[in-house]
Amino acid sequence: MRLPPFQALYEEQRADVYRFLMATAGPLEADDCFQETWISALRAYPRLHRLDNARAWLFRIAQNKAIDAHRARGRRPVPVEAVAERPAGEPVALLEGRDAEPELWAALSSLPPKQRTAVFCRTVLDMPYRELAELLDSSQDAARRNVHEGLKRLREEWTQ
Amino acid sequence: MNEIERALRAAAGGLPGPTEEQDRTFAERAEAAGLVDVAYTSVDSPLGPLTVVGTPAGLVRVAYAGYRSQDDVLEDLAGRLSPRIVEAPARLDRARRELDEYFLGRRRTFDLPIDWSLCRGFTRGVLQATVRIPYGQLGTYATVAAEAGSPRGVRAAGNALGANPMPVVVPCHRVVRTGGALGGYTGGIERKQHLLRLEGALD
Repeated sequence: MRLPPFQALYEEQRADVYRFLMATAGPLEADDCFQETWISALRAYPRLHRLDNARAWLFRIAQNKAIDAHRARGRRPVPVEAVAERPAGEPVALLEGRDAEPELWAALSSLPPKQRTAVFCRTVLDMPYRELAELLDSSQDAARRNVHEGLKRLREEWTQ
Repeated sequence: MNEIERALRAAAGGLPGPTEEQDRTFAERAEAAGLVDVAYTSVDSPLGPLTVVGTPAGLVRVAYAGYRSQDDVLEDLAGRLSPRIVEAPARLDRARRELDEYFLGRRRTFDLPIDWSLCRGFTRGVLQATVRIPYGQLGTYATVAAEAGSPRGVRAAGNALGANPMPVVVPCHRVVRTGGALGGYTGGIERKQHLLRLEGALD
């Protein structure tokens, strides 16, 4: 199969991948995850066999980088509460004053990985369930459940 | 449920996007990791913007704007060379410098390494004969055909020059018809005239 130039995929998806990582990995990790996502994608690109699958393939890589970042952060001797309350000047401040609702994203990033991916991709990117199922490596029913459960938990946290 | 979905959509609009610094960092890291099979950049010139493309072996493609879009040029290279194509300008720094100097009249020969992998057989022979035509001199389709080993292949030589993947650097503009008529040019006859005037080969 003939693949288009990698740069075309990069330009088409760079903004969505970055926002996905800001939302799921958090502002402190987004830059590193963004770089690692694209380097991994470029490395594996010649083995991509279905072009209609490219976005799901790419966001699966991004999701895995976000999961790695969460794990790495978990190993660091920093209490979880401190992550939500950083002094101004740190990257979290990037989100303040931009109508970006840092608390909402903090709540999203505390969901289980599949739920936070499912909620973001479905509500923000309007990803079809067929594609979301590919991304999550699950059935379409399971993808629906992840969206539903994720939104339910998010609403509970958000309205508290 | 709708309320939380609306809140997510609205908040996503406030999330920042990646910066140009991020783009530069990606290109540099990809290059350092040896993952860029094909690097490209745009170079301004008196003949309009040029798409300049290199592999690890050297310069592989120069394309004028207008005839084909940059997207078309890269799409073609993805099929012929590799789809791992990244806008990584650093690899083309030397090509950019030599082209700038050439267009300012301060350079008469290109010294950068060339990757001939897009040129095969007779075409490669014709183009390599063309590189040997000195700055400001003219060759003919008949002489480059003869040098490539096919004295009767004048028409084929014309086709080979028309398919030159590296105009300017491989100076197919220096090849004219035996009677002195300019003949055709990949970038259009005005560009051929411009280059020959720059080199003092045409009034």
